[in-house]
Amino acid sequence: MQSTSRNFHHNVEDALANPNLQDSLAKLKVGFSERRRQAVERLPEFEALRDAARDIKNHTLANLDFYLEEFERKVTALGGHVHWAPTAADARRIITELCLSVGARTIAKSKSMISEEIGINDHLEAQGIAPIETDLGEYIIQLRREPPSHIIAPAVHLTKDQVADTFLEHHRALGFTQRLTERSDLVAEARHVLRQKFLDADVGLTGANFLVAETGSSMLVTNEGNADLSNTLPRMHIVLASIEKVIPTLEDAAVLLRVLARSATGQESSVYTTLNTGPKRSGDLDGPSQYHVVILDNGRSSVLGTDMQEMLRCIRCGACMNHCPVYGAIGGHAYGWVYPGPIGAVLTPQLIGVEEASNLPNASTFCGRCESVCPVRIPLPKLMRHWREREFERHLTPKAVRQGLALWSFLAQRPKLYRLLTGWTNRTLALFGRGEGRFRALPLASGWTRFRDFPAPESGGTFHAQWARHGGARPRP
Amino acid sequence: MVADVSSPPANNRPRRVALFVTCLVDLFRPSVGFAAVKLLEDAGCTVEVPPLQVCCGQPAYNSGDRTTTRAIAAQIVEMFEGYEAVVVPSGSCGGMLSRHYPGLFDDEPAMKARAERLAARSHELVSFLVDVLGVTSVAAHYEDVVTYHDSCSGLRELGIKQQPRRLLDSVRGLTMREMSTPEVCCGFGGTFCVKYPEISNAMVGEKSADVAASGAGTLLAGDLGCLLNMAGKLQRDGNPVRVRHVAEVLADMGSLPPIGEVGRQR
Amino acid sequence: MSATNGGARTQILNGIRRSLRRGELAGPARESVAARLNAPLRGPLVGRAQLPQPEKVALFCQWAEINNATVARVAAGEVAGEVAAYLVRNNLPAEAAMAPSPLLDRYGWSGQKLLTLRRGRGEGRDQVSITGAFAGIAETGTLVMVSGADHPVSLNLLPDTHIVVLREEDVVAGYEEVWARLRERYGKDALPRTVNTITGPSRTGDIEQAMELGAHGPRRMHIVVVPE
Repeated sequence: MQSTSRNFHHNVEDALANPNLQDSLAKLKVGFSERRRQAVERLPEFEALRDAARDIKNHTLANLDFYLEEFERKVTALGGHVHWAPTAADARRIITELCLSVGARTIAKSKSMISEEIGINDHLEAQGIAPIETDLGEYIIQLRREPPSHIIAPAVHLTKDQVADTFLEHHRALGFTQRLTERSDLVAEARHVLRQKFLDADVGLTGANFLVAETGSSMLVTNEGNADLSNTLPRMHIVLASIEKVIPTLEDAAVLLRVLARSATGQESSVYTTLNTGPKRSGDLDGPSQYHVVILDNGRSSVLGTDMQEMLRCIRCGACMNHCPVYGAIGGHAYGWVYPGPIGAVLTPQLIGVEEASNLPNASTFCGRCESVCPVRIPLPKLMRHWREREFERHLTPKAVRQGLALWSFLAQRPKLYRLLTGWTNRTLALFGRGEGRFRALPLASGWTRFRDFPAPESGGTFHAQWARHGGARPRP
Repeated sequence: MVADVSSPPANNRPRRVALFVTCLVDLFRPSVGFAAVKLLEDAGCTVEVPPLQVCCGQPAYNSGDRTTTRAIAAQIVEMFEGYEAVVVPSGSCGGMLSRHYPGLFDDEPAMKARAERLAARSHELVSFLVDVLGVTSVAAHYEDVVTYHDSCSGLRELGIKQQPRRLLDSVRGLTMREMSTPEVCCGFGGTFCVKYPEISNAMVGEKSADVAASGAGTLLAGDLGCLLNMAGKLQRDGNPVRVRHVAEVLADMGSLPPIGEVGRQR
Repeated sequence: MSATNGGARTQILNGIRRSLRRGELAGPARESVAARLNAPLRGPLVGRAQLPQPEKVALFCQWAEINNATVARVAAGEVAGEVAAYLVRNNLPAEAAMAPSPLLDRYGWSGQKLLTLRRGRGEGRDQVSITGAFAGIAETGTLVMVSGADHPVSLNLLPDTHIVVLREEDVVAGYEEVWARLRERYGKDALPRTVNTITGPSRTGDIEQAMELGAHGPRRMHIVVVPE
């Protein structure tokens, strides 16, 4: 997927001026966080589970090579195949070859962020293979040829009316000529159209929430059941997963599942949680005869052992974006690539380069709400700050910011000079601001005064000036 | 003065306290500093203000300039050594000293140890009064309906939530009315508000709508940065809500002109 | 595996080791990690499901209903009658695809003359399916379905209505008890192709964040809980 992260400021303006998006975001901000809060309240063990989830991921990352090999051994023993893809291009090639090997014409595809990361759909289409997104949200945005705007609610930026228009445009040829107005009818129509796609598909391509080393299973979590139809009806099942998805045992999965659904949607459990282990067995009446797992690195292994490693704990629940006031203001598309919100601000510079994504880790107030809800306790503000440090080291920080910072730090390290200057500033601003008590415009502060008044300082000098004037005491009335 | 405090400090409580004024209070709202001094003195402390203090270093820290941050932090560590406690009328600057300084010196063990000693003795003002000094009430009067914004660093780094509300509860004439999302960021974020003014504006716009919907006549918070931001937005929108630092009200200095209305002919 | 794939494998695994600043795990370090696979660590216990069996069953039913399933508790002899009555109550055809499971056969279906049963896998046009369940999880009202000759996965997914017969003795506290039962039944290294855990009917919140039932899987789930 082509990134537009460089155009962040432009994307932000578009997002803030989009009334449909703003309506959706208003709903999202309240809905997801409130449902999560209630789910957490119902489970007294939740904080202990978060600690355990973090520990499981840390342990796995420290022994990642071992668990991946174990996983591969188990998959192979049960008749499945593991393919290793160091880069996105490798993964695209492997998947395409597998599809071509069974003469695939259509693929039932279940939502996978990694498939967006490697841009598999365009690649398959170029080979004459049609990937059909089957998650309802993904299906809608595929018809509209838009990227997802949220990692678990990809079409969250759209209204019902927009969906109705999209369906009318694309389903007319299938005989659906009426524009629908009810959500339930839209869901039913999509179900009907996609049911046939499932039955016709040659290959099912899914992601994985976890890979279980102990059993060689891929684990998938959905509410719709589309991943399960994708892994059951077609004759080949391909799982695309990145290296950090592996976990040791089913017991570890139990811990992670308990925090995943509650963090994501506030559900006690998602509707479908499925373990797939190898292909159809003799005697089975359904299921694919081939089971393949493509394990993607795409730069992740280089993060291990660095101070950025913690980003690899992410289980893609979306809680950080659901609680992020910046995401809540601009939505997912403004971030310009696959992963939006706080985790996107941390992952994107790693995956497409900090030059391309330099705005993302800067567009945060470090309010810390993301970290406070992260089920695996990723210190997202700290990781964003690390990116800012890399940018500063590499002189990617905008020139105006650098110059301002240099001047400020020069003064901050010369307290006496600083005092003179703040004393003068205080007197000047207090003098000019004394009429209104604030400024509607101020030189060098247009970023502020474009939207806000600038409060004038109290008169009488700075705190330190007054403190000194009163002989090291506060002035008393 | 000690008579104003319902539980005077015991002997083992810090008595000789340094005030870290913060650069924003120094320049824009000295009253907050004086309110802090009064509250600390009323609670039985002797307050000193190390004269050459400047800034805690957050602008550099949050812009990725680690070298400058370390130089500034080293200055502060040096300056505030030897006090029983360092008190800051700001959650974000307090959090900088107590949560972030030690990590700046991971490769310098001696300096790290000094930073850790400072971190352990550094406190945000209101939590210091309540949690350390055991203050349960103040002798103050403020006649208004008040809503309180939980500034992010204070809330999430330092766990400040109930402490200001408990003390505000003892202010005569004051009625508390919570806004619907007091824990959501106001969009200040230091340099964020000028680097991403459109996003910041969307955030503070939502915050001021929430403040207005609460029906309160006064907005309080514990961080001057957030207060300047929210006051500026409310006033640009023509909203008459008065904006003050919580310390001013607790120190019975609620008759001062509110933020953004200083020197105004009223 | 092709030669290039072997190279890719080495590239990734060595990359991981290089980043972790160590070679391949060996000796005691390897043994201690491997031990975790043989003796999995249990996470924090979820207190709410640690109950005597009857209360556990009641908790299962409670959560299943919260998650939009319907529940009927009947005696073994009444299962077929309950299923037939459910279909009538919901204006559904008296036809169902049923899992070819000996356990289900015990419930005396022949007594329901109007009910037409087809044993086999699910087909695209099936309206109703009837299956058993490997277990029920009390903590969340979740059903566990295990694939095999006696339980095609498609029956869990394709029909509009999924009727599940669950024995009280198969209700357990949490996932961990399910894993233990799976290892006991199938051996540690040979899970069946699919283990579905299913909590209520299929749903989506993808249009305006409002929940709609029946996205791709069943719109309705009816659980018949029997003492045996």
